[in-house]
Amino acid sequence: MLAVIGTIPDTAFPMVKGEVFLENEMIRIRDRSAPVNRGTAALIAAAVKTSEFLGQSLPFACLAGDIGLGKGSRRIYQTLVKEIGSAEITTIVFHYLQPDVDWHNKVLFAIDDMSKRPILIADAGFMYAAKMSGQAGAYDLFTPDMGELAFLADEKAPHPFYTRGFILHEDNRASELISRAYANENAARYLLVKGREDYLADHEGILANVKIHINESMEAIGGTGDTLTGIVAAFVESGMKIKDAAITAAKVNRLAGYNAKPTPATQVTEIINHIPSALSEILRNKKTAAT
Amino acid sequence: MGFLNFFRLSRSKSTGGQHVQVRGILVFENTSEVIRAENILKKNGWQIKVVGPPPEIRTGCDLVIEFPLIEELNILRLLKEADVSPIEVVPVNNPLLKPVDLFQIKDFGKHLMVRAANMKLTVDKETLTIVNVSGGGCPDVPYLACEMVGKSLQGAPSPNEIGHTLCGYALQLSCEEMKRICLR
Repeated sequence: MLAVIGTIPDTAFPMVKGEVFLENEMIRIRDRSAPVNRGTAALIAAAVKTSEFLGQSLPFACLAGDIGLGKGSRRIYQTLVKEIGSAEITTIVFHYLQPDVDWHNKVLFAIDDMSKRPILIADAGFMYAAKMSGQAGAYDLFTPDMGELAFLADEKAPHPFYTRGFILHEDNRASELISRAYANENAARYLLVKGREDYLADHEGILANVKIHINESMEAIGGTGDTLTGIVAAFVESGMKIKDAAITAAKVNRLAGYNAKPTPATQVTEIINHIPSALSEILRNKKTAAT
Repeated sequence: MGFLNFFRLSRSKSTGGQHVQVRGILVFENTSEVIRAENILKKNGWQIKVVGPPPEIRTGCDLVIEFPLIEELNILRLLKEADVSPIEVVPVNNPLLKPVDLFQIKDFGKHLMVRAANMKLTVDKETLTIVNVSGGGCPDVPYLACEMVGKSLQGAPSPNEIGHTLCGYALQLSCEEMKRICLR
């Protein structure tokens, strides 16, 4: 089972756990809906589209309303610590949660108690907490953008806002930043670095880069990193190896973006709608290449 | 498997009581401001601590306030309302770390994007409508995007007023720079 843990930017959204699906460009979980425009909802929408395409079970989600005050995030942390140990999760994605190192560590302890450790993916605020806790190595995949990679590489930075040398994080420094992140033990087993080009790396360095359909407008569009994380999570849950899942997901996300004919004003929902056709094309090409 | 079974058992485990929240330091002009700020913050339920300043940031005031760094924007807003703003905010793990303050501007022709630290704000140059907000990882980012996208640069709520975290603070910087460029 793929589980997505994150927040919805609405204080009235209660803590809800359940299977999640799409309905009229909204995510739907139990009796609650939230718009698919960015953040965890965008990640979920991409994961749902990919899961549907692959014919696998829809993701489960544990969500709560949080607009940055941390209340919803703390409710989620608390619930995870109490209940995750007995859950039948095979892949788990942690996303927009208020970074809290203490709660992060408690969640990780609870995961240690699971009979079979799930594949752990972290992005956004939870990735910040994972790095700050010194426990980044416990994760299988982080999905940072170039700025967040610079943050992972900076052993002293407590938040991306304080990352030293931030302004120099051009794509041509990716290799150096990746090496530094691993040298300081601030990286997961794999890094999928999102940017003008996407990079897949491990402790040995860059394993692959994906640079099809480069479109400068994508940098301005909020949520394109979230969709990439959702797609890769669904691929991992399908049984694909992380390395293969990351490269394929990067291709799908970029093609979906390209097909949406993006401008800096494009909203991520428009890109999400192109995920099924991008999946079809990329997976068909992959199959052809393999034969 | 039914989701009722997803989180079925209730267990708990402690980290041994060690609290390792990342903290920041508020530096003030003098100790009377520190005491005023301490009273205001404690009265509003913040978990703060008055401590001696590390040598790197001694400014003549013998006290500083330690606070949860991620909540910087909330705390600064509260202190500003009480007219007791600090002269500096720094992370406690390394007081020499400075916030990223250099802006990057990207002109797409019809649209203009300003990035400050990890946050990007994009507007339509002709209508000055905010068309996208991207970057960041704190939970107020999707909230700020919802509240700002589609509104005019002048009419949209300010991240300083409705944001809560360091990401919100970075977006405020982007917004101010965008206004400086577009409204001059």
